[in-house]
Order: sequence, then structure tokens, then C-alpha cells
Amino acid sequence: MHYSGLSLLRRAVCGSEDWASILTEPGMARSYDIVVVGGGGHGLATAYYLASKHHVTNVAVFEAGWIGGGNTARNTTIVRSDYLLNASFGLKNHALQLWADLSQELNFNLMYAPRGYIDLAHSDGELEHFTLRANAMRLGGADASILGLPDLQNRVPQLSVGADARYPVCGALVQEAGGVVRHDAVAWGFARKAIEAGVHVFQNCPVTGFDIREGRLRGVQTPRGNITCDQAVISVAGASVDVAKLASIDLPVMPINVQAFVTEPVKPTLDAVVNYNAGLCYISQTTKGEFVLGGATDGYVSTARRGSFARIEDVLARATQMFPFLSRLRLMRHWSGTADIAMDGNAIVGDTPIKGLKINTGWGYAGFKATPAVGHEMAALLATGRMPDLIAPFALDRFEAGALIDDAGIGPYPWLH
Amino acid sequence: MLLIPCPNCGPRDETEFTYGGPVSQWPEMNGGSTTKDWHRAVHFKSSKSTLVSELWYHDAGCERWIVLCRDQNSHDFTARAGP
Ligand SMILES: Cc1cc2nc3c(=O)[nH]c(=O)nc-3n(C[C@H](O)[C@H](O)[C@H](O)COP(=O)(O)OP(=O)(O)OC[C@H]3O[C@@H](n4cnc5c(N)ncnc54)[C@H](O)[C@@H]3O)c2cc1C
Ligand SMILES: [Zn+2]
Repeated sequence: MHYSGLSLLRRAVCGSEDWASILTEPGMARSYDIVVVGGGGHGLATAYYLASKHHVTNVAVFEAGWIGGGNTARNTTIVRSDYLLNASFGLKNHALQLWADLSQELNFNLMYAPRGYIDLAHSDGELEHFTLRANAMRLGGADASILGLPDLQNRVPQLSVGADARYPVCGALVQEAGGVVRHDAVAWGFARKAIEAGVHVFQNCPVTGFDIREGRLRGVQTPRGNITCDQAVISVAGASVDVAKLASIDLPVMPINVQAFVTEPVKPTLDAVVNYNAGLCYISQTTKGEFVLGGATDGYVSTARRGSFARIEDVLARATQMFPFLSRLRLMRHWSGTADIAMDGNAIVGDTPIKGLKINTGWGYAGFKATPAVGHEMAALLATGRMPDLIAPFALDRFEAGALIDDAGIGPYPWLH
Repeated sequence: MLLIPCPNCGPRDETEFTYGGPVSQWPEMNGGSTTKDWHRAVHFKSSKSTLVSELWYHDAGCERWIVLCRDQNSHDFTARAGP
């Protein structure tokens, strides 16, 4: 079914009754060319691009829970490409270009709102470093500018820039193409088009094992039976360590809890995404009027999806430093997700030691923005067997080779990334 | 919120501590270890089960590193030693 103004109007006058369901429950075949493990944004994007770009449609996506129940719809919806290192920048900037046209392409409103991403600096040294990053971005073909205090105050009038603040702000890096995308629509939009093209999506059906013989993948096991396949990709975010273990693969990844918060809705007040760097707090206002807030991880290994009060207090303290008026709002909702954070804080995308089995993990609390690019490149890898340049640097074997991509220079401490 | 049972100070709020991560088994420093040994020790820290043995530094208390075992699913501290 094609969505249009006309289809909306027709159903509006007919009681909205004959909308076709996005997700169908297909019969399960015993064999697929490619199995995608994990129906989050990344896995569904991979399936979509396999079908749309490479005409590979004998594909099954297995999702342990429901579409959009993982980190896809738990994140704070921020998209941007303001990264210093070429590898990190390249993949995310490719994604930013894809986001721009994706609503049209998917015929599904992803509500991509490039309202600007504003990264606050709190010292001259930090602003200097932001300038380095902005220059690197511009060399890579992206927009980026550095604002001093007066310009920053113009751009974000509500921002408190008083010198008496605990961590005064002295400037910012701005990427106007950055912004927000409605996260659950991303899962539904990719799923809908993939299914239309013939991909099978199974919900409530985890992959529970891999059939591996002589170092080669032969199939996957599920509670609804065993499936043979030529290739599979593990794309399960917070569950990566456990799922990879089913294939006897150790990942240099740790699961860490990250929280997000939503306030009660108010009138439009903030038209940009703002990131506070003395400690961490990022904030944007939804079209509905709620403020969405996030911060640093809870700081220790966890798969509980339950955060600590200390982090709530910490994030909100920083939010009210930026925007004192927030102190009068109440939180309406609050939740956690398990972030899969690698030893250099960056993603792992590509081959595993097992032939036919690919991996996509390590996106932590920064992978939503990369969703279409990861799907696009992973589909190319699966369909052609050739490693795309954009994901080559994210190889699993980079840790042994010492070719780490540690944007923040933090070291092998996932709980600090 | 973690209530961390410090063996020296008793149960204390997590904000009093700095996390040191899972306990590592470092290779021998006698020249006999390989790059691969160090790669494994530095990069592979995820636990074999849900129990993790971890280091905590008690900044606001005894100012000592302590080792505690915790269930990463429930956050419960257990008396059992981690794997
Ligand atoms: C609180 C929070 C805030 C964040 N904020 C941002 C942000 O502002 N910007 C940004 O770019 N990124 C952000 N992220 C990160 C981003 O959400 C993730 O990196 C990204 O969503 C991960 O890819 P995914 O969408 O495919 O994961 P998911 O949606 O988690 O998909 C993985 C799926 O695999 C399924 N699964 C697990 N085990 C199995 C199994 N055995 N078999 C089959 N399926 C299985 C899960 O049920 C899940 O649905 C945030 C994350 C969190 C937790
Ligand atoms: Zn103590």
C-alpha cells in the first residue's frame, strides 16, 4: 500500500478502517539465502537494502522481541556526523546524507528534522579541539561552524551562558544538518518496505544457536525450527556478547546501561539539539513539546535495563545548568537500554572468524544515527562479498592489530566511553 | 542504585565509589607472554556468566580498592566469587 495525502483522506472519511497492517506473519521457509539476527533499525535496514539495492529477497529477519523494542526506540533520536576520525565521520556522514531522503524513499514519515546540533565547549582548550574537529568535518565535505559566545547566544537564546555558572560555556561547534529522527518510525519504515519486497520478518522468535561446521556457517536455530542459510549477520546491539557466544565468538564488547528521560510537554522553546560537555547531558524538544534528555552511561557493566538514581540527578543537574527553566518541569517517562560498548568505544562491523557469519555491534549509545549507512554497507558486503571502504576500518580484528578507532582517546574502558 | 557492601566500611551508596571494571588476569611479566596473550587480557573482559568480579575504589570511605562479585542482570552483590 502506498501512503499519500489521498490515501489518508480516503480513510479519514471511511473511519480509518482498512489500513493494511505493516507487519505480516509469513510462513517460515526451511532455508534462506541470508538470515538477519535482530530486528532493530540496523538489522531491518540491512534487509531493506538487500532487497532494494541488490535484489536479494530470500532473506529472513529474526527478532527476539518485537520490532522497535530494542535500542532503536530507546535512544534519544539524535543524528549528526561531528566526528574527528575519518572512519567514524565517514560512516555517520553517509548516514546523514541517507536520512535526508529516506522518508520519501520509504514512503514513511521518519520526521527527520535537521534542526541543528550544538556541542558546547566549556574552555578555550575544548573550543580549540572543537575547531580541529570542525575543520576535519569540512575537509570531509560536511558543514560545521564554530560559534563564539554572542553568536551562540543568538542561536540558542534560552541557553544560560552566565560566567557565574559552575562550568561556564565559552562557545560551540554547530552542525546544522544534525538533528533528530523519529526512532520507532525508522524500524517500522524499513520493516514495511523490506516486507513489501518479500523479506520475511519474524517477531518473538530469537536465534538460539548457530549451525557451524568446519568453520563455516550452515544455518541458525530458533524455537520454531532450524533454518539453513548461506550467510547471517548478528545485529543485536545490547545482546551482542551473549548471541556471539552462541557461535563461540568472544567480542571485545561490554554491556553497559544507558538511561533516557522525557519531560511533560510544553510550548515550543528549543529548536536545536544541545549537548553539554562538562559531564554529559544532551537535550532536544520533540514536535509534541516534550524535552528528551540523555547523559553518560551508568558507568558499570549491566544488562538490567534499570538505571541508578545518581545518573538521573547528574543528567538533570547539567540540564538545568544549560536551561534553568527546566527545573519547573516534571519527568514523565524514563527508561534504560543496554548499550554494547567496545574496547575502543567504536563499532565493530564486518567479518567474523566464521565463514558466512558477519557481525554488527559496538554501537553503544551512538548507533542510531548510523542506522541507514550500516544497513546500506552491510547489505553491500553480504550481497557482493566485497568489503565496502566505509566499514573496512571497523573490522573485528583491529583490536589484535592495534588499529583502534578511539575518537575520545579513552582507552579500553567501555564504561568510561 | 547500587548499595555497595564495602568489606571495610559496610554498605555504602555507589556515588562514593569509582568503578575499576572486571578483575583482569594479566599475563606473566617475565618475557614469556605474547602479544596475543596481552590482546586477550586487555580486550576480552566480558564475563562467562551473569556474575562479574569487579574492582571498586572507595573514594569517600576507606580509600582502598576492593573486589566484589555482582550479578549483572539483577545488580545483586553475591558472596560467591565470580568466574
Ligand atoms: C538510552 C539510549 C540513548 C541513545 N541515544 C542515541 C542517540 O541519541 N543517537 C544515536 O545515534 N544513538 C543513540 N543510542 C544508540 C542506538 O540506540 C543504538 O546504537 C542502535 O539502536 C543499535 O542498533 P539497533 O537499532 O539495530 O539495535 P536494537 O533496536 O537494540 O536491535 C537489536 C535487536 O536484537 C534483538 N535480539 C537480541 N537477541 C536476539 C536473538 N538471540 N535473536 C534475535 N534477535 C535478538 C533485540 O530484541 C533487539 O530488538 C542510544 C541508546 C540508548 C540505550
Ligand atoms: Zn570502604
